[in-house]
Order: sequence, then structure tokens, then C-alpha cells
Amino acid sequence: MIPLEHVIGLSAILFLIGTVGALTRRNLIVILMSIELMLNAANLAFVGFSRAWGEHDGHLFVLMVIVVAACEVAVGLGIVIALFRNRETVNVEDVSLLKW
Amino acid sequence: MVEAVASTDLLRWIALLPLLGAAVHGVLLGLVRRELPRGLVIALSVGAPALAFVVTLLAFFQLRALPAGTIGLVDEVYTWVGAGRVVAEMSFLFDPLSAVMCLIVTGVGTLIHVYSIGYMDDDHRDDGGFQRFFCYLNLFLCAMLLLVLGDNLLVMFLGWEGVGLCSYLLIGFWYGDRWNAYCGMKAFVVNRIGDFGFLVGIFLLLWALADTGATLDFRELRAALPEIAARSVAVPEWLGGQWRLTTLIGLCLFVGAMGKSAQIPLYVWLPDAMAGPTPVSALIHAATMVTAGVYMVCRMSFLYAEAPGASAVIAWTGGITAIFAATIAIAQTDIKKVLAYSTVSQLGYMFLAAGCGAYSAAIFHVGTHAFFKALLFLGSGAVILAMHHEQDTDKMGGLRKRLRRTHAVFLVGVLAIAGFPPLSGFFSKDEVLLSAWTAEGIPGHQWLWAIGLVTAALTAFYMFRLHFRTFWGESRVPHEIEHHGIHEPAATVLVPLYLLAFLSVVAGFAGLPQVYGDMLGVPESNSLSNFLRQVVRQGEHHVPHSTELGLAGLAILAAVLGTALAWFLYVAQPELPARIRSGASALHRLLVNKYYVDELYDALFVRPLIAISDRVLFRGVDAGLIDGFAVNGSARTVRALADDVLKYLQGGLTQGYLITMVAGTFAVLAWLLSA
Repeated sequence: MIPLEHVIGLSAILFLIGTVGALTRRNLIVILMSIELMLNAANLAFVGFSRAWGEHDGHLFVLMVIVVAACEVAVGLGIVIALFRNRETVNVEDVSLLKW
Repeated sequence: MVEAVASTDLLRWIALLPLLGAAVHGVLLGLVRRELPRGLVIALSVGAPALAFVVTLLAFFQLRALPAGTIGLVDEVYTWVGAGRVVAEMSFLFDPLSAVMCLIVTGVGTLIHVYSIGYMDDDHRDDGGFQRFFCYLNLFLCAMLLLVLGDNLLVMFLGWEGVGLCSYLLIGFWYGDRWNAYCGMKAFVVNRIGDFGFLVGIFLLLWALADTGATLDFRELRAALPEIAARSVAVPEWLGGQWRLTTLIGLCLFVGAMGKSAQIPLYVWLPDAMAGPTPVSALIHAATMVTAGVYMVCRMSFLYAEAPGASAVIAWTGGITAIFAATIAIAQTDIKKVLAYSTVSQLGYMFLAAGCGAYSAAIFHVGTHAFFKALLFLGSGAVILAMHHEQDTDKMGGLRKRLRRTHAVFLVGVLAIAGFPPLSGFFSKDEVLLSAWTAEGIPGHQWLWAIGLVTAALTAFYMFRLHFRTFWGESRVPHEIEHHGIHEPAATVLVPLYLLAFLSVVAGFAGLPQVYGDMLGVPESNSLSNFLRQVVRQGEHHVPHSTELGLAGLAILAAVLGTALAWFLYVAQPELPARIRSGASALHRLLVNKYYVDELYDALFVRPLIAISDRVLFRGVDAGLIDGFAVNGSARTVRALADDVLKYLQGGLTQGYLITMVAGTFAVLAWLLSA
């Protein structure tokens, strides 16, 4: 039996890696992957708590998150492809037209 | 104790029928925007008041058949206002007083509707003017009937405001001319000042009875009078320190009557109200609406009986208005202006009688005046039609040969108002003068009688001056009017004139004073006064017949003198008035300019008000404070802030937003966890 602390610790480490990746990387695809990492960190925490309390609510949330993540990837990658077709780039720093 | 009444559901139809006429015309004109065929308009709008007159007659016969001790018919339709302990029914009362008024309103009203068919026939504008006119006229009749039939002060006030609205709409009926629209507004605003006093009077009544059960019902008020009469109010030291509440209420209500019935100082709107079509002047501004104040004072006569101070104010206001307006009428040349000032003067007579406690004499004069003044206005309308809308008597003269019938009926009206026996004006004016002579309770009542007598002479003078200048002497008609031809008006115009002339001759016998009744061997000859006895207090005078006849003789003498002077100046020596004019030019200018009262009000009230509204309220408060500071100021501040600072937050870099979001989330988390 893995103790809850370990699960939460892993989840926190994964979340931090995802956050830093999303904040620092310039490639849109990598940023999307980092967001997936954050979502899965949250999933891990849900499952861990669910096991610890002996309730099923957490599992349900995980299923929801997976669905949302799938949708997000579908939409996100679609946007990336559309962007690449128009601007021939996936670098976020080159996509900053929408400002004052 | 509240007087007994009999219940009926007939009365609502008297007020409802004209309302239906107005509604059909108004809704069709407003929604369909097409004028109905004229025949249909005439059938609907003349049919409604005619039917209302028939219903009134039915109610009148029911009233006469009531057993003794039952004062009238009551029709309770529904509870209109139920606010806590204040309950006002939409309820109509048909007692002798409202019966007389109702018969006058529907009877004269119907005749004037018929007359309007002919008078408005040449109105061919494309805004549905013909139908709009009859819509307003029917609406007016409905409001006026609410006023006289109302069983409580609130229903009366509804009608009171309704007639004011219709008066405004009809004065400005030909709104294409800005002057007409201005006159309508003037009438409305001046009336509003009076209405304020009327409302305060109503509130004071409610306040006075707040502890024992507030009511506005006339019969209940009458029963509760001892409670109101027992109270007094504190007033400023220079007014005496302590007044009876009835006096204060009576004065407040009379302020309303001053506005509606054109008494000094609120009479200024009535002469300008002549800007409306002539049938309107006849119906609203001579026969019915302007008598509403007199009716109200008579309706509340039980209160005025307990308010001798207020009664004295009414009598003196009436007397001064009567002579003041009569002197102005002497110098006017516009045919309708003369009649307008004559109306103000005659209304003064009515208040003189009402103030002296002779309420039935006041109502008598309301009735006879309604007949002969409507006749005079409609007659002047016939002249105006024949003259192609020229109203200045300077451009008339010698019309009696060309408008024989109009001349004849106009002469009847002039004789009636001048007070020649046995026409109606003689009897009613005599009753008024007699009431002043015998009113012991009014300070200086003999002076009031003298004022009334002088006014009678002035009335005869200015009416015959008008008559002679219009119908006698050399023709002064300009060529362009001559060119169009001067013809007698249509039958719809003439027939109402004949009927009104007949009524002007015989109406006096409805209230024949007992002194003449004794001569003719008729007991109880003053049937009007006897009829009204249950509702209004009688002017109880015990003068010997010889005195009464002597006073009447003096009144006849005054009328003859006025007439003779008018004959001498305008027929026998027509060059003399011009010489008098140049001899007393200052006095003439004063009279022609109506004592400069309009100019005085303009300088005292209108222009300061406009100046304050424009400079302080409009430019200062509205444009400066609200628009400038509050609305535009906040918009300017937000824009400046956004332009200089806030817009740079929108950097365009997605990760910039993201880092802000993460930092914000951590900040919120830290705050939540630390708590």
C-alpha cells in the first residue's frame, strides 16, 4: 500500500513541472503537453484521495477530467495547425498581435 | 346623519356615453390613422351627448318621483380607491344640484355639438381634424359629467382635471399656429396653480377626519361637519394667529375655483382661451367648465356656511372680478375677447352670490348665463364664419342687413345679458344683487351691491357697444372679405342658435322670484330655489316687496343707462368715441392693454422662472452638474486611466497572462490557507 503522502508528493512534483513547462517553453505543442501534465497531476491527486477516503467521487472527477483533456487537445491542436498554416510558426512569441 | 338616497344604475350611462364616443373616435384615429366618414363621426359624436341628455331627463323624472326625505339617486359603480381607511367609490350622485348642472351640461352640450358640425365643416386638414375635434369634445363632456355627478371629492377632482386637459387640447386645437399652442399651455399652467389649492383642501379634509374615519363623500362630509368645524389651526400672527379649520379648507378649495372659474388673480387664462374654435369657447369657456368652481362652492356650501371668513373672501373676490373684467371689456375690439371678459365678469357675479350665501341664486345665474352666453358665443361664431374667420369688430359694422337671423338671435342674447325684463338675465342678475343687498354677514355688503349695480350698467354698455359695432352703423368690412361674400351660416349652425335664444328668453321663469309670483298669483313661483332647497342653504332674506321691486327698478335703470350710452356713442354720434379715445388716451391704453396684468405676471413670475430654469437649473444643474460632471466626467476619467495605464496590461503574450493567472491563484491560495 502506497501512503497518501507519496501520491500527493508525486502529484505536486508533476504539477510543478507542468506549470514551469507551460510558463517557460515557447513551442505551442510543448505548452499543450505541459497542460496535459498538470491535468494528470490533478487526476493523480483525485485518485489518491479517493483511495484514502474509500469514496468513488474522485474516480468520477478523473473520468470528467480525461474527457475535458481530450476535447482540449482536439481543439488546441486544431488551433495549432490553423496557426501553422497561416503564419508558418508554432512559437508563442511570434503570436502577439492581439494587444493594445 | 347621512341623508337617505335611492340606488340606481342609470347614472353611469350619463358619463359613459360621451366617453364611448370619445373612445371610438380616439382609438380609430390613433390606431387605424384613417378618418371615419364624416356622417359616421357626426352620428356617433352628436348621438352620444344627445343620448346622455335623454338619460339625464329619465334620471330627472326618477328624482322628481322620489319620496320626501330622499335627497337623490346614487349609482355606486365600483370601489375606485381603497387605501387603508380612505375609501373612494366610483360613485355618482344625482341630487337637485347635480341634476340642474347635468341638464345644463348635456342640453347645452348637445346643442353645441350640433352647431360644431356646421362650424368645423371647413376643416379640411389631413390630420383627422374633424374627428379629433369631436373626440376631444366628447371627452370633455364625459369629464364635465364626472365633475358634476361625482359623489365624492375624488371623483369630482378626476372630472376637474379631465376638463382642464380637454380645455388645453381644444384651445390649442389649431396647433399649427404657435400662439394657439401657447394659449393652451397658459390655460393649463394657470389652472394647475388653482388645482394645487384644491388638492390641499382635499388633504386638509382627510387630515381633519383622520381620527374618526376619513371620508371624501359629500353626504358623509356633511354629516361629519361638526367635527371639522370644531377644529382650528395656527396661522401666522399677522393673519390672526388662529383660524377655524373650515375657513382654511374653504379658502384652499376656493383657490381651485379661482383657477377653474377665472377669478382674480387667476383669470388671465380665460381671455387667451379664445384661441380655440368658437364652439369650444361657448361650451367650455362660457357655459360649462368655467362654472365648475361655482358648482363646487355650492356643493360644499355646508362647509362654507361654517366658514364666514372664506365666504366673505369669495363674495369680495367675485364682486371685484365682476367690475374689473367689465371695465376691460369696454375697450376690447375682438368680438370674442369682449365675450371672454364678459364671462369673467359674470362668473364674478356667481361667486358674489355664492359668497353671500345665496347658492341657489348662483346656480340660477350659472344656468341662465349658460344659455345666453352660449348663444352669444355661437352667434359670434356665426359672424366669424360669415366674415371668413375675421374677429375684429373694427372690420365689421352694418352686418344686420346681411345677417338678419344672426342679428336677431344675437340681439336676444345681448338683451338677456344686459338684464332687460323679462329675459332670463334680468331675474338671475336681480337675485344676485338682492343677495348682496341682504347679506348681513359679509363686511361691506352694500358696497358689493353697488359694485354689482355699476357692473350691470357696464355690462349693458359693453354688450350693446359690441352689438352696435358689429351689426349697426357703416360697414367697415375690408374688400377681400367682401369679395368672398358674406352669407348666413348653415342650418346646423342656426338651429342651435334659435333653441338657445328661446331658452335665454324663458329660462328666467324657472327661478321667478316670489315677488313677481305674488303679482301673477303663482304660489311657490321660484321653482328652482325650491328644488334646490334640500341641498343648498337658502339665502334667507326678509325684505319687503317694495324694497325688492325698488332694487329691481334700479337694475333696470342701470341697464337702460348703459344701453342708451352705447346707442349715443356708437349709433347716434359714431365720431365721438374716437374723440374720447384721444382725450383720455392714457385710460384707453390702460383698458386696451387689460391693466397690463399679463405684463405684470410676465415680469413677476414667468420671466424670473424662465431665467432660473435656464441659467441655474438647465445650464447649471442639468448641463453642468449632471451631464458635465456626473455622466461625461466619469466617462472621461475612465478613458484617461485606460489610455495612460491600464491598456498596457494587455501585452499580447499568452504566457504573460498565464503567469499573472498562476501568481494570482497562488496569492488566493496563500490567503485562504493562512486564514
